[in-house]
Amino acid sequence: MTSTAEAVAFWILGPLAVLGALGLIFARKAVHAALGMALTMVTLGVFYLIEKADFLGVIQIFVYTGAVMMIFLFVIMLVGVDSSDSLLETIKGQRWWSFIFVIGLAGLLIFTLGQVTFDAKTVQAGMDRLVANNNATGNVTGIAEKIFGQYVWAFEVTSALLITAALGAMVLAHRERIVPKRTQAEWAARRVKENQDVAGLPAPGVYARHNAVDTPALLPDGRPAAKSVSRVLVARDQVARTDGYRDVERYIEREIEEGRQK
Amino acid sequence: MTLSSAAYGLLGALPATDNPSADFSDTPWWVALIKALVIFVYLLISTLLVIWFERRIIGRMQQRPGPNRNGPFGLLQTLADGAKLMLKEDITPAKADKIIYLLAPLIAGTMAFVSFAIIPFGGEVWMFGHRTPLQLTDVPVAVLLVLAVASVGVYGIILAGWSSGSTYPLLGGLRSTAQVISYEIAMGLSLVAIFLFSGSMSTSQIVAAQSSLWYILPAFFSFAVYVITMVGETNRLPFDLAEGEGELTGGFHTEYSSMRFAMFFLGEYINMFTVAALATTMFLGGWQAPPFIAAINNGMFNHGWWGILWFTIKMWIFIFGFVWLRGSLPRTRYDQFMRFGWKFLIPITLAWVVAVAFIRGAQLGFLGEGTVTVGPLGFNTSTLVIVAVVAVIALAVAWVWDGRREARLAAEQVSPPEEIDPFAGGHPVPPLPGQRLREPSVALTAGGSSGESVVSGGTVTAVKEEDHG
Repeated sequence: MTSTAEAVAFWILGPLAVLGALGLIFARKAVHAALGMALTMVTLGVFYLIEKADFLGVIQIFVYTGAVMMIFLFVIMLVGVDSSDSLLETIKGQRWWSFIFVIGLAGLLIFTLGQVTFDAKTVQAGMDRLVANNNATGNVTGIAEKIFGQYVWAFEVTSALLITAALGAMVLAHRERIVPKRTQAEWAARRVKENQDVAGLPAPGVYARHNAVDTPALLPDGRPAAKSVSRVLVARDQVARTDGYRDVERYIEREIEEGRQK
Repeated sequence: MTLSSAAYGLLGALPATDNPSADFSDTPWWVALIKALVIFVYLLISTLLVIWFERRIIGRMQQRPGPNRNGPFGLLQTLADGAKLMLKEDITPAKADKIIYLLAPLIAGTMAFVSFAIIPFGGEVWMFGHRTPLQLTDVPVAVLLVLAVASVGVYGIILAGWSSGSTYPLLGGLRSTAQVISYEIAMGLSLVAIFLFSGSMSTSQIVAAQSSLWYILPAFFSFAVYVITMVGETNRLPFDLAEGEGELTGGFHTEYSSMRFAMFFLGEYINMFTVAALATTMFLGGWQAPPFIAAINNGMFNHGWWGILWFTIKMWIFIFGFVWLRGSLPRTRYDQFMRFGWKFLIPITLAWVVAVAFIRGAQLGFLGEGTVTVGPLGFNTSTLVIVAVVAVIALAVAWVWDGRREARLAAEQVSPPEEIDPFAGGHPVPPLPGQRLREPSVALTAGGSSGESVVSGGTVTAVKEEDHG
């Protein structure tokens, strides 16, 4: 029943899939975990292809690896470029509960797998039917006949459920804007009317040896200008101190003065 | 290609199975290996050529010669550039994720080659005593496989962006991925019409189904959408927002250098060939000879090794299109580009696919069997009705759209008043063409309490201070 090529492919791809799954669990970085999952999904797709379910295999790669995992990666990358897992428990008793659930799931899997009979004849008969079907109408037509014939109701109900879920997510994430959004021109007009920062906010500090958005500009009296740094950086406490640059400036000034005196 | 055969193509029945029509039964594994090697070499040489071609053509378009020093006509310029690139220092940023930083260009480079496995270069030929099609392999879901491989190739881009540990690459990677995924949806939808016409997703079957009529005619709208999306899919100008030099320096490959950069470069150009080859296969009859040449001497040029020639010519027409676009169009704005993809291309392509489904249903006789005979051609009545309905709906939508656009433009265009007061805003404003200047109407009193005095043309005019809004 199992051809040599099939066996070789299985023993190469099987460990790869397991490796990906283990990577998902044990990787410390979220992106590495997501990549492990993508690897498992691709190998699963290849397994389907080997088992002569062409459409299913390609769709598995196309939809799960290409679309779903990509969205995951998007979110992970947008949330934090370098967010490693912390081992702190955020939900109380999470570990115990997850332990119980894992035991339950393992029991379920073991019992289900234990009842599977690896009857060579039955498997071969199923395989033969698939091959005959693939040759008669083609794999895609075969699966279309199943989805839009025998299982049309299950398919439609599932799609309705998914659409409802997508709509629900949109409704939950949607925020109604109460006042219209101000345009750039309106902001400028308001600044002039209120006579505050008429020329725009001050630019961040530019020094002889440093130039970055996190360094505040200096006021004429030498104090840092608070408005010259983005409020996001202030909230994150990522504003650089200017003392060093000021000292350099004073040092240069003193040198010039001493040079004059000589 | 005669008219009656064209009609046959339009009315073509579905094939008995959606399996590939190419026969690989007489292809031993070593012949397949040779074919794979030849395709690899073909793609590498094509890449060397296309970079030279692009620079020369753009040079011509910009009235300068382009590279012309290395080799005849500058043909070896790309080779010299490649050698230089290999000798450059390979830099890994300190904050980079080392493994993924290495992995990303490998994914982008290798995935680009995979798609060509299912592209048919020609019909059946004798190769080392074996009768075999000029195609590495074919599966019933070949076109879907191309899309799947492309979506895995995107991982190279997004991982390169993330693993560089730097802001520009991250933003460029996210942009590029969002762009490729969005345009892949429209691309897949445009290809659905082809699946409906040919009744198969295998490339050899699709080419065989176009023997009498290329799908660029019945599926003209799909072709237009595909050509737009293939530019978006390959990150080429005018849609190369992922590496918009003005805003993101180099996008996802900002931090890459040496061979790893060369891998991205190679991948990008081979992706161009992939989408062009797919367009050729899906819309321009694949490897089949163009109409009148195909009729010469009972199809002398229409089979065997000749296919490679026709295929290559058709593919390079698309490549020239890419270069032409790059030479003539500026970069679009990112939000406009995404809005165009999601709010225009995807919905309108969906509507097109529904229309094609009805037309195909009518052709296959699901909506009645009656026929109308016009001269030598027989048409299915329900097909004609459906086509007419679709055309009327399309015209009506275009009409309404046009009317609304005109109304909007008319509303935007407010004609300026005939007469203006040049000092109304506080400072002098020149009149627009055709406008009359209003004479200063304010009393000629110097130093009004609420206004400021302005000397203009020898008269002292008190101008009221208006708000600067």
